[in-house]
Amino acid sequence: MARFVKTGEKSVKAISTASLPDIVFITLFFFMAITTMRETDVMVTVRLPEATEGKVLEKKSLASFIFIGEPLGNFQALYGSEPKIQLNDTFKEINDIQDFIAQEREQLSEADKTKMIVVLKIDKDARMGIVTEVKQSLRRASALKIMYADTNVDQIIFQQ
Amino acid sequence: MARKRREVPEINASSMADIAFLLLIFFLAVTTLDTDTGLMRQLPAIPDPNVPQDVNKINDRNILEVKVNKDNLLLVEGELTEFSQLREIAFRFIVNAANQPNMPEKEIVNIPYFGDVPVTKAVISLQNDIGTKYGVYIAVQNELIAARSKLREDLAMQQFGVPYERLDEDRKGAVDDFYKVPISEAEPKRIGEK
Repeated sequence: MARFVKTGEKSVKAISTASLPDIVFITLFFFMAITTMRETDVMVTVRLPEATEGKVLEKKSLASFIFIGEPLGNFQALYGSEPKIQLNDTFKEINDIQDFIAQEREQLSEADKTKMIVVLKIDKDARMGIVTEVKQSLRRASALKIMYADTNVDQIIFQQ
Repeated sequence: MARKRREVPEINASSMADIAFLLLIFFLAVTTLDTDTGLMRQLPAIPDPNVPQDVNKINDRNILEVKVNKDNLLLVEGELTEFSQLREIAFRFIVNAANQPNMPEKEIVNIPYFGDVPVTKAVISLQNDIGTKYGVYIAVQNELIAARSKLREDLAMQQFGVPYERLDEDRKGAVDDFYKVPISEAEPKRIGEK
């Protein structure tokens, strides 16, 4: 009894692509907004320690990064396999940290200078000796706000 | 001198999508979505040598001494302790529910939103050896921070009925004042070099 009448051939209407550029532009702007360019190539192995209490670094523009870890394979011939400090794109010594901090601070605007954060990305197998020395020179450079970078986990598996 | 209005030829916009796509793909490729997380700490300023230090100002009972040696063993108040117990020990130390004489003393302080409340004077002192593994050091620090955050979290829930993270700055400050518990990193000592 139903009156389903087939009305001949159905042609699929072409989808209008007029709004495609708009969609693409929106996506584009989104990615442009969230992009932070990677400025430095990490030349050391950094396996971050695990922690449960880590907080997200909110203002990346205020952060300066210090990497400490074993040099990567191709640098080991030159720099050895003991943990080294990497600032920007080069291996540096403890004494260079103060200059580095001064230089990084110079790049910030006057208002942000006090809010500078130094993010320490340190390999979990590094020894505290080098870390303590870095911390001491940060204190001397009066860069007192620091963040120990970690990977956030729900539970720490403790290994000695 | 009325000029004839010139017709502006229409720009062909059909390649717009291609250009946008190209840009999009570029930004897709260079984007790193990873966010940095970590433990925020404030280092103490270098003490001024001209200003006399007030040594031993903190009463011994107020200090929880945590030491990690070069073999990554944990010493809490001079006793060898398992890592898994650390959080609980720190928690009990800060709370000092029974007001024991060997645990931190409390001082009545006026805090906004709370009024006059007994506030613990507990301090946690973390010492490490030069040979301690960084991973262990962070794990220990994490436990200590976790104990303190748990207390703040509980307090926020109890007082305001809102998780700590969602409090405004003033209330957060009040909760922080209630459980200040500074975690101090002692001046480095050179012992047992490896």
